[in-house]
Amino acid sequence: MSAPHLQLQALSHHYGTRHTFKDVNFSLAKGQIACLLGPSGCGKTTALRCIAGFEQVTSGQIFLAGNLVSSADYLMPAQQRKIGMVFQDYALFPHLTIADNIGFGLHQWPSKQREQRVLEMIDVVGLGGLAQSYPHQLSGGQQQRVALARALAPQPELLLLDEPFSNLDVELRERLGEEVRTILKQHGSTALMVTHDQHEAFAIADQIGLLHEGRIQQWDSAYHLYHEPHNRFVADFIGEGVFVQGRVVAEQQIAFELGQVHAVVPAGCKVGDSIQILIRPDDIIHDDASPVLATITAKIFRGAQFLYSLRLADGSIVLSLVPSHHNHALGEKIGIRLEIDHVVAFA
Amino acid sequence: MLRKPSALRWRSASFLISLVTIIPLLVVLASFLRPQPEIWQHLFHHVLPDLLSNTAWLLLGVSIGSTMLGVSLAWLVAVCEFPGRRFFSWALMLPLALPAYVSAFAIIGLFDYTGPIQTLLRSSIGDQAGLPAIRSRGGVIIVLCLSLYPYLFLLARNAFATQGRRALEVGQSLGLGPWRGFYKVALPMARPWLFGGLLLVLMETLADFGTVSVFNYDTFTTAIYKAWFGMFNMTAAAQLSSILVMLVLALALFEQLLQRNRRYYPTGGARLPRYQLSRPRAIAATCFAGSILALAFVLPVGQLIVWSYSVFASDFDARYPSFVWHSVLLSSLAALLVVISAFILNSTLRRTHDWPTKFATRFATLGYAIPGTVLAVGIYIPVAWFDQQMLAFFGNSTGGNFLRGTLLVMLLAYVARFLAAGFNPIESAMLRITRSQEEAAQSMGYRGWAMFRHLHWGMLRGSMFSAALLVFVDVMKEMPITLMTRPFGWDTLAVRVFEMTSEGQWDRAALPALALVLVGLLPVILLSKQTQTD
Repeated sequence: MSAPHLQLQALSHHYGTRHTFKDVNFSLAKGQIACLLGPSGCGKTTALRCIAGFEQVTSGQIFLAGNLVSSADYLMPAQQRKIGMVFQDYALFPHLTIADNIGFGLHQWPSKQREQRVLEMIDVVGLGGLAQSYPHQLSGGQQQRVALARALAPQPELLLLDEPFSNLDVELRERLGEEVRTILKQHGSTALMVTHDQHEAFAIADQIGLLHEGRIQQWDSAYHLYHEPHNRFVADFIGEGVFVQGRVVAEQQIAFELGQVHAVVPAGCKVGDSIQILIRPDDIIHDDASPVLATITAKIFRGAQFLYSLRLADGSIVLSLVPSHHNHALGEKIGIRLEIDHVVAFA
Repeated sequence: MLRKPSALRWRSASFLISLVTIIPLLVVLASFLRPQPEIWQHLFHHVLPDLLSNTAWLLLGVSIGSTMLGVSLAWLVAVCEFPGRRFFSWALMLPLALPAYVSAFAIIGLFDYTGPIQTLLRSSIGDQAGLPAIRSRGGVIIVLCLSLYPYLFLLARNAFATQGRRALEVGQSLGLGPWRGFYKVALPMARPWLFGGLLLVLMETLADFGTVSVFNYDTFTTAIYKAWFGMFNMTAAAQLSSILVMLVLALALFEQLLQRNRRYYPTGGARLPRYQLSRPRAIAATCFAGSILALAFVLPVGQLIVWSYSVFASDFDARYPSFVWHSVLLSSLAALLVVISAFILNSTLRRTHDWPTKFATRFATLGYAIPGTVLAVGIYIPVAWFDQQMLAFFGNSTGGNFLRGTLLVMLLAYVARFLAAGFNPIESAMLRITRSQEEAAQSMGYRGWAMFRHLHWGMLRGSMFSAALLVFVDVMKEMPITLMTRPFGWDTLAVRVFEMTSEGQWDRAALPALALVLVGLLPVILLSKQTQTD
């Protein structure tokens, strides 16, 4: 792998005595799209603002394209970093047309090239014909695209996106997420997004860093975050699922209500210890032929599927996603079977 | 947040600006703390009793009258439907263009014994058809009500338009008829706005100089002026000022407290239907609104036009261009200074949030509450002191006047008085520039002057222009500061109006007054565009 394009080394930041984040390490290769994911107040936006150069870091270093841009005693001014930013509220300039907004960062380009670049960017984000409109005449989704075009126009070394879709409705969010990913990949842009919405993160990012209480809990792909969470917080935050009681029965064997499974036993647990096992809704399959029965205690209709809450014989509750033509009543007993690839267990 | 070295520069500039208001205020208040027994004796026995009772009657009458006018008209225009409603909803603001002292002498001219109305009545009904004398306490109160009710009208109309129709529906759903709905729901809900408007009216009443001097009705402002120019007794003027300023500051403090409770809620969703008045009531409403508009604007302006026409040939001479030039020059310079100062104060507030800066800004914008006569006294005293020091230092070679009687002193007084008028529009425009917009510009390579030119100027210029316009017109109409601090022989349109009215030559005052009214229409048009609801 080539040298990282963006690198954060042991980065910490605090307001007064309160830490916003501590000892954050990660790096991005050129052309990679990453996402800092986390609940509100986890420090992710502050981290983004540190990279942009709007905040001073307390300790650690930030390198961009091999150059130091931030450390405890150095702050390269934001305007010199060649970093583009898409703000949560878009921060478009209401007194300028769409074309002028997009061309705002191109003030040092020769005017001919600037015009050409603006037209090109308008085309890229699919806003042809709106060049002379003003921001307030555009819909939320269109404004979002202007913000993206404006940030990309000066060909920044790095693009930062701060909760870029939070002001849009859910359907638009998913569609735009895909579009943005396509545009970024076409341009070979290196980008870092911040969001609290895991579906957004899944839709856009190659790599996701889950941030909680100022620390990165896990830096991984979406697939691994879901199937191989490193700790209980990650397991809880990503996707749905419940923990059920189990017991270590052998070297790599865990037993619980639904049977015995092969698993990596968490460090420090010995045979006979009781542990918690993460069961995702897709681990439980509805099977009429199965001898194991569970009682339906709740159900949520989700269009293609039902999400059933099922009570097992020992009283513990698991979730199961079942195709929606299996419409059962509350209190009914249905047959289930376990189909689990990665068993996740914590002490 | 990053501490920038430039923050210090902004703060120092802001503190300097706030001194322009703080120094006169402290000078005047200090004179209250150092009372001079013999002057107090004289004031207490011969001057104060009349002043206090005159002022009390005036405040009482004007608050009742302007509240009744403002609230009833606002309710009709905002909630009810009657012929001419759309016209009246902006036309009733027109009296704002007419300085109170102008409508004062126009109304005296109209309703005096020899005026057209009484003459008409006598010729049609006979000699017994006498109206009560217009040059009386009642007359002053009526004139002030007619010119000041728009403040209440504006605020109450906004309050009723956002809440009134909904309030009426809530009242109806709870079984209250329209009248009881008005009293029990709409009026209490609008109370913060109404009190705010009323306090503005009271402050204007206390500050009024032109109207009461046209009526020869003695209040603090005229007493201060007479103590200064009639008796050349600066100390008495300062003592009287200190009492007036304390009355006014109490009101201003109250007003600022109330402002915090005022929130505009969006009307939201569908427009509610207006309350349809029955035919006779609708006609009564039209007649009521029409007669107020006639008395407060149409008739006085008509009278001014008639007078101007009659004296134009004999009175319009070479001096007029100089009156106009002086007025325009002073107003433009003051407007420019105010806009720059307001921008500096707002920019500082944006950068720093410490209490000394907030405090300084509060003080700097308090000048709108301080009557012009008081400001003139408060600025004159330190300027005279400064001149004395300079005289002692340099000797008599320069004639002893360094600052006294210079345009600079006038302009400082205007800035102190009208800073708030320019501050508020610029403040609300600055609040619309978000931090992320500034950061977006910064991340695209802008800073300092380039950022101001491409971002702030573009987003602020509209508001800066309206701020400048408001101040321009205010300064042009301003009378006491101009009278008391102008360089010798430096006459403006307002000074000309004062000189002619103090000699009772109404017709000769009409020409400059008409010019003031025409200029005064500009901000009213601006205001009606901004507040057009439907």
